[in-house]
Amino acid sequence: MIVTTLLRLVLLLAFAPLMLGVIARTKAAFAGRQGAPVLQPYWDLGRLWRKGIVVSRTTTWIFWAGPVVAVTVPVVASLLLPMGALAAPLSFEGDVILFVYLFALARFFTAAAALDTGSSFEGMGAAREVTFACLAEPTLLLGFVVLARLADGLTLNALLGAHLAAAWGSSGASLALIVVCLMVVLLVENARIPFDDPNTHLELTMIHEVMVLDHSGPLLGLIQYGAALKLMVLGAVIMRMVLPVDTGNLWLDAGIFLGGQFVLAVVIGTIESVMARLRLARVPQILVGTTLVAVFAVVLVLR
Amino acid sequence: MYGVTNLLLIAVILINFFTLGSSRLNSCIRAVAAQGALLALIPLAAHGLTFHTVVLGVGAFALKGVLIPWVLLRALRQMRLRRESGPLIGYIPTMVLGALITSAAFIFADFLPLRPEHRGGLFIPTSLATLFVGFLLLMTRRDAVSQVLGYLVLENGIFVFGTLLAEAMPLMVEAGVLLDLLVGVFIMGIVMDQIQREFSTLNTERLSALKG
Repeated sequence: MIVTTLLRLVLLLAFAPLMLGVIARTKAAFAGRQGAPVLQPYWDLGRLWRKGIVVSRTTTWIFWAGPVVAVTVPVVASLLLPMGALAAPLSFEGDVILFVYLFALARFFTAAAALDTGSSFEGMGAAREVTFACLAEPTLLLGFVVLARLADGLTLNALLGAHLAAAWGSSGASLALIVVCLMVVLLVENARIPFDDPNTHLELTMIHEVMVLDHSGPLLGLIQYGAALKLMVLGAVIMRMVLPVDTGNLWLDAGIFLGGQFVLAVVIGTIESVMARLRLARVPQILVGTTLVAVFAVVLVLR
Repeated sequence: MYGVTNLLLIAVILINFFTLGSSRLNSCIRAVAAQGALLALIPLAAHGLTFHTVVLGVGAFALKGVLIPWVLLRALRQMRLRRESGPLIGYIPTMVLGALITSAAFIFADFLPLRPEHRGGLFIPTSLATLFVGFLLLMTRRDAVSQVLGYLVLENGIFVFGTLLAEAMPLMVEAGVLLDLLVGVFIMGIVMDQIQREFSTLNTERLSALKG
C-alpha cells in the first residue's frame, strides 16, 4: 500500500513535465523542426525557480495562494484517482464529486489571483476561463454518470475499475463518446489548441495564459508545474478508460501507465499540430455540443 | 445488442448534431453526404447480403452519398456562398433543441407498440430523432441550401425507418422514394437558382416581402 502510494506520487511529480516535453517534441516533428529536448520543461522549471519575484503592490495574499493551490490541488486529486491499475489510496463513496470540484477550487484561486492584480487584461482572461470551465463541467460530470452506471459503486476506484474492459464490449459506443468528450474537456482545462494556445502571451483571444502574466519567477514555475500535473491527472482518467489493463505486477502497471500517458501526449501534440485555434465565439458552441453528446451517451447507457 | 448496425445508427445521430451546430455550408453538405453513405450501409449490416439490400444500398449510396451532395456543392460554388445567413434561433439553442428531441425520441420509442424483435433496438429512436432534426433544420434555417439539407436529413430519417421493414417493403417502393428525393432536390436546385438570380442571396425570408 505504502509502496504503491509512494510510487504513484513519484510517477506524478517526476514525470508530469515530461509530458509537456513530449507534446512540444511532437509539435516540432510536425513542423519539420528538431525541437527542444524532451527534458526542456525541467530546465525551464529550474530556471524559473532560481529567478527573483516581482510582485505588484496592489496584490494581497490571494496572489500568492493562486500558484500554491494550483500545485497542491492536482496532487490531492491524484490521491483519489486510480493511476492506471495503481488503485487510489484515498477512496470513499462520492469522491467523484470531490475530484471534479477540487479542480473548480484551483480555478477559483487562479481566477482570484488574476483579479487580484487589478489588471483589466487579466480580469478578461479570468472571465473567459471561468465561462469555459462552467461549460466544460457538465460534460465531465455526465461522463462520470456514464461510468457510474456501468460500475457498482461511486468511488473513482470503482468507476475506473478493471470491469471497463468488459464494458467496452457491452456499451462501447457510450464509452467511446465519453472518451471523445473527456478529451475535449482535457484540452479545454489545460488550455491547449484548439481552445487556447499555451504559447501565446500577447493575443486577445487567449484565455488561460493571460491570467498568469503577472506571476514571475518561482510563482510562474509553480503554475507551470501545476499545469503539467493537472494534464497528467486528467489524462489518467482518459487513459484508464481506453486502457483498462490490470496485470497485477506493480512495476508493469506503472510502466503501462507511463506509456499510456506518453501516447496521450503524442495524441495531444498531433491534435495541436493539425488543428487551428477556434474563434473565441465558437468555443462555447463546441463545449455545449460535447455536453449534448455526453447527454446522448447517458441516454444510450440508461436504456 | 451493440453490433455494427448500432454503431452506424449512433454515427447517424452524431451527424445530426453536427449539422445543427455547424455554420459552414460546405461541411454541412459533406456531413449530410456522410450520413447518406452510412445509411446506405445499414441495410447490408442489418439484413445481410441479398439482392434486395445490395440494390438498395448501392442506390442509396449513389444518390445520397454522391450525386445529391455533388449537385449541392456545385450549386454552392456557382453562387460563391460559404457561410449561411444564420439560423432563426442561434446555433446553441438549436443544438439543445436537437438533443431534447433526440432524448424524447428515445423515450417515446419505448412506449410504441412494436413487435418484440424491434423492441429495444436503436432503429426507431434514430429514425424519429433524424426525422425531427430534419424538421428543425427546415424550420430554423433561413437560406435555401440549409433547407434542402434539412429535407435530406428528414428523408434519411424515413429511410432508417424503411430499413427496419426492408424485408416487407418491395424494392419498387424504395426505388420510387429515392427517385422522388432526387427529383425533389433537382427542383429545389432550380428554385435556389431563381432565388439567387432574383435577390442575389439565398435567404428565403426575402420571399415573404411583398415587393422586392
